[in-house]
Amino acid sequence: MKTDIVLAGVGGQGILSIATVIGQAAFKEGLYIKQAEVHGMSQRGGYVQATLRISDKPIASDLISLGQADVIIGMEPMEALRNREMLSENGWIITSSNPLVNIKDYPELEDIYRELRESKNVILIDTNMIGSENKMVKAVNMILLGAASRALSCVSFENICDSVKTIFASKGEAVIDMNIRALEIGRNCK
Amino acid sequence: MRKLLLGDEAIAQGAIDAGLSGVYAYPGTPSTEITEYIQGYCAATGAKLHNHWCTNEKTAMEAALGMSFAGKRALVCMKHVGMNVAADPFVNSSITGVNGGIVVLVADDPLMYSSQDEQDTRFYGKFAMLPILEPSTQQEAYDMMSYAYNMSESLKLPVLMRTVTRLAHSRAVIEMQPQREQNSLNPVNGTRDWVLLPAIARRRYAGLIERQPEIRKLAEESPFNMFKAPAKRFQIGAVACGNTYNYLSECYPDGIPFPVLKLSQYPVPQGTVRTMAEQCDSIMIIEDGQPFVEEQLAGILPTECRIIGRLTGELPRQGELNPDIIRVALGLDILPHADVAQHVANRPPSLCQGCGHRSVYEAINLVLKDYKDAKVFGDIGCYTLGALPPYQALDSTVDMGASITMAKGAADAGVFPAVAIIGDSTFTHSGMTGLLDAVNENAPITVIISDNLTTAMTGGQDSAGTNKFEAICRGLGVDSEHLKVVVPLPQNMEEITRTLREEIEYKGLSVIIPRRECIQTLTRKAKQKAKNQGNEN
Repeated sequence: MKTDIVLAGVGGQGILSIATVIGQAAFKEGLYIKQAEVHGMSQRGGYVQATLRISDKPIASDLISLGQADVIIGMEPMEALRNREMLSENGWIITSSNPLVNIKDYPELEDIYRELRESKNVILIDTNMIGSENKMVKAVNMILLGAASRALSCVSFENICDSVKTIFASKGEAVIDMNIRALEIGRNCK
Repeated sequence: MRKLLLGDEAIAQGAIDAGLSGVYAYPGTPSTEITEYIQGYCAATGAKLHNHWCTNEKTAMEAALGMSFAGKRALVCMKHVGMNVAADPFVNSSITGVNGGIVVLVADDPLMYSSQDEQDTRFYGKFAMLPILEPSTQQEAYDMMSYAYNMSESLKLPVLMRTVTRLAHSRAVIEMQPQREQNSLNPVNGTRDWVLLPAIARRRYAGLIERQPEIRKLAEESPFNMFKAPAKRFQIGAVACGNTYNYLSECYPDGIPFPVLKLSQYPVPQGTVRTMAEQCDSIMIIEDGQPFVEEQLAGILPTECRIIGRLTGELPRQGELNPDIIRVALGLDILPHADVAQHVANRPPSLCQGCGHRSVYEAINLVLKDYKDAKVFGDIGCYTLGALPPYQALDSTVDMGASITMAKGAADAGVFPAVAIIGDSTFTHSGMTGLLDAVNENAPITVIISDNLTTAMTGGQDSAGTNKFEAICRGLGVDSEHLKVVVPLPQNMEEITRTLREEIEYKGLSVIIPRRECIQTLTRKAKQKAKNQGNEN
């Protein structure tokens, strides 16, 4: 059993936090993990990608090959689309539908949605709306992770929640509660 | 005990568990997290080992050499271009040798994710005639630290360990070993081996040459080099260096069907490669970085075996390798995948909203539009992003400190105005000596030290000169009349532009220090403060 995940977004959107939470959950399940991140210059408002490979057998490469990803998790629709070459034929794209426009030539949003939907399995989620309705705008990445958790058969939802508790332990009860609630809302959203 | 660690963190934990007494480093992507991990470890456990950041890679290497002289184990960490700065003490450390073990950890950056070049540190190891290690996995990186310190102390030489971005910034589960005690204080005594006067250095260099067969034998027998060869004839074989072995393995889930040498310890084990060459019509050299092994093997093998790789075009001459590139090179099919999407625009990094550098560039552009021949010499840091839209304000960025010295050289040649922009940490790293050159000739340049009180680009490490910049400049001889401090905020634009204009018009050296804390470290501190207050309540 193997799950290859691509996480995509813009620096500052919490992509690495999502990767850390899933990675920690897989660690608790005693699975093999390779989680490649990009640090440094590109963090400053630029495109950020992380890859996460989880398996019950040893994993060779830190990088995922073209056409091999089981899931693309996108904090931003154009960034999810940028990675679609990575997706396997039956893989899932689960992405926020909310664009982050910090460049002049950002494409028409409808074109992005249309191209995303050319893939077989695509879920677009208005994470900003869900975030503001539930007063958790700082936890939209966890709403998205909650939604994506349905496609992550390798780790249990319980362990994802547990790793949020471990990782955010130093930030206090209120932050943990909000993030757990965000995960649950995301998991249950249609 | 098991932990989920970044490659960098595995290296740090490996060094700690090998009885490390001190880490010496200057921040640089992708090596920064090694020192940060050791700092965090010391803060959490109270462990006593040196972990303060150094002013640059040269001071780091020299301090490590001092700790080694005293008998203790030291780790030096840097990114690949940092090795250019540390090269003087590094190369000479192979002549002094070591007392306590030294590991010099250099993180290369194939594809230049966060760098100016793709230089391959293995060349430095060969140049200094030292053993080189190149881990293929995070676990191997951890295991190699203890091995490296033992080897360093038994050979009495530093060991160079080379890693790459992909390994440094990828996490995996690490199995840890019990921690070894630190060495006790035991300085070098009763010898002049470390006094590199020509007569002594000649003798020491002869000793280094004499030990080369031993260093080669260690690589030939290394537990980290692995040679698998079914006993028959093959069309192709492969040498896979460091982490490229993982990519090659990824291409063959049922096992690699031809002879392969996984290479993680150098010098290149010539005996193993000769055996392989007798079995194979050609050998593909798979290495991230430059064709270091390929160039060497092209010269040592029987001519009927063809060496292929980056030099012969089977693999790309530059950039990071990955499983797909290797698949194509070996004639395998790539998995079916979607085409590149059409509606995707480039999203380059940019300066943060609210960053003080933004006001600095705005002022530079406002003033310099009146000087059509103006040239602006940039430096290394977040503010290098001033070269991109919307500012497009830089004419050069070369290496740490080059802004000041290049501005001076250009002014010497007649360029006016010549403006240098350099960050606070880069200034203390390598800008101070260049400023002294400018002082000594009262060069007609305007130096802007854009001070955000931190080493921002690498994530906000302490900056060596914080609160000392006016004193440093005056100490170097900058005229107080032409040493100005401004606060880079939009509401101060009139004052900033006026100051800049006046100092450009002054026909001698001026230094302007725009000073305002990095918005990222400021936010982090505010959060920390709020949390502390919350805990008190």
